[in-house]
Amino acid sequence: MEYIDYYKILGLTKDASQEDIKKAYRKLARKYHPDLNPNNKEANKQFQQINEANEVLSDPENRKKYDKYGKDWKHGEEYEKAQQAQNQSSGRNRQSASGGFGEDFSSDFFESMFGGSSRSGSGRQAKFRGQDFNAELQLKLTDVYKTQQQTLTVNGKNIRITIPAGIENGQTIKIANHGAPGVNGGPNGDLYISFSITNDSVFKREGNNLYASIDLDLYTAVLGGEITVDTFDGKVKLKVNPETQNGTKVKLKGKGFPVYKQDGQYGDLFITYTIKLPTNLTEKQKELFTTLSKS
Amino acid sequence: MEMENLISTTEFCINHQIEISFISSLQEFGLIEITTIEEKTFIDTNQLYKLEKIIRLYYDMDINIEGIEAITHLLQRNESMQNEITKLKNRLGLYEAFK
Repeated sequence: MEYIDYYKILGLTKDASQEDIKKAYRKLARKYHPDLNPNNKEANKQFQQINEANEVLSDPENRKKYDKYGKDWKHGEEYEKAQQAQNQSSGRNRQSASGGFGEDFSSDFFESMFGGSSRSGSGRQAKFRGQDFNAELQLKLTDVYKTQQQTLTVNGKNIRITIPAGIENGQTIKIANHGAPGVNGGPNGDLYISFSITNDSVFKREGNNLYASIDLDLYTAVLGGEITVDTFDGKVKLKVNPETQNGTKVKLKGKGFPVYKQDGQYGDLFITYTIKLPTNLTEKQKELFTTLSKS
Repeated sequence: MEMENLISTTEFCINHQIEISFISSLQEFGLIEITTIEEKTFIDTNQLYKLEKIIRLYYDMDINIEGIEAITHLLQRNESMQNEITKLKNRLGLYEAFK
């Protein structure tokens, strides 16, 4: 295992007092603690190191071992035991050397990191809820038009969740009690799922409204008529007014996207007409256009 | 009154080994809400996450209640700004798709 200079992590020298260690830890914790840096992985990583350094240095016995054995400090007990065996001295109240300080420490470290009991400072043996988990779920826009259920596997457990229709790209939902187990009998953390929604439809979505552009032939635009347009829940007939201009926008009320957690409520669908001029005109058609232009 | 979502303040303080006066101070600062039923005080379970976070800030990071109040406001602003960024990114995506 690579040697970690815990003093350096806390910005201290070897002669630092217990008070210095406490102060340095608190100062850095105020900067990097996950509570103050939500969703900041870099800060969380930094905090893990700071917490680990504090766990070792704030405990006088662990600090002594760390100072004594340097980079081999985690095997210090093993070394000591071997020494004791050699000296035929027995009966010391020590734990198994094979497990090592490292394993015990990691477990404590994990608890402390995620809001568990801190051995430094007040010495509270508090119950704390477990760590929150974050996950990202990729869905298609057509998937979130209707409320659906999905089964997710989080840390080896299958969780069945309901995804309400109308969820937004980037939105996060909380699944209570599906995070890490609590510490000292505290409640479990929560699971936060962020949704990444890709648009696989012809519509553009903004909030609950949908936008689409459809081509309109010149004759329908000039004379008016009836066209059929696609919406998210099927086709609808739409009346086109005579003399409709290019770029005209029409609103189809209630044909947009479902409003999140508001059953039966929908946004609107906005259709923009793009008028297409006829091509490959026959001589007769050209004559008619000429006549029209002179009329 | 619905009791199943309430935790006795005394019980909470015993479990967390903190003083009841600390909870009262948080209430005075408007950081948490306390429900009083028949002269007994209770904490809504919805507030547990927030409250435990405050306890960590106070006891483990040595931040006083005034500091916690300021941090809470800043974190709330940060969260609403994050939501705004998400919304704006979605809108920007919409216009870029039209290009």
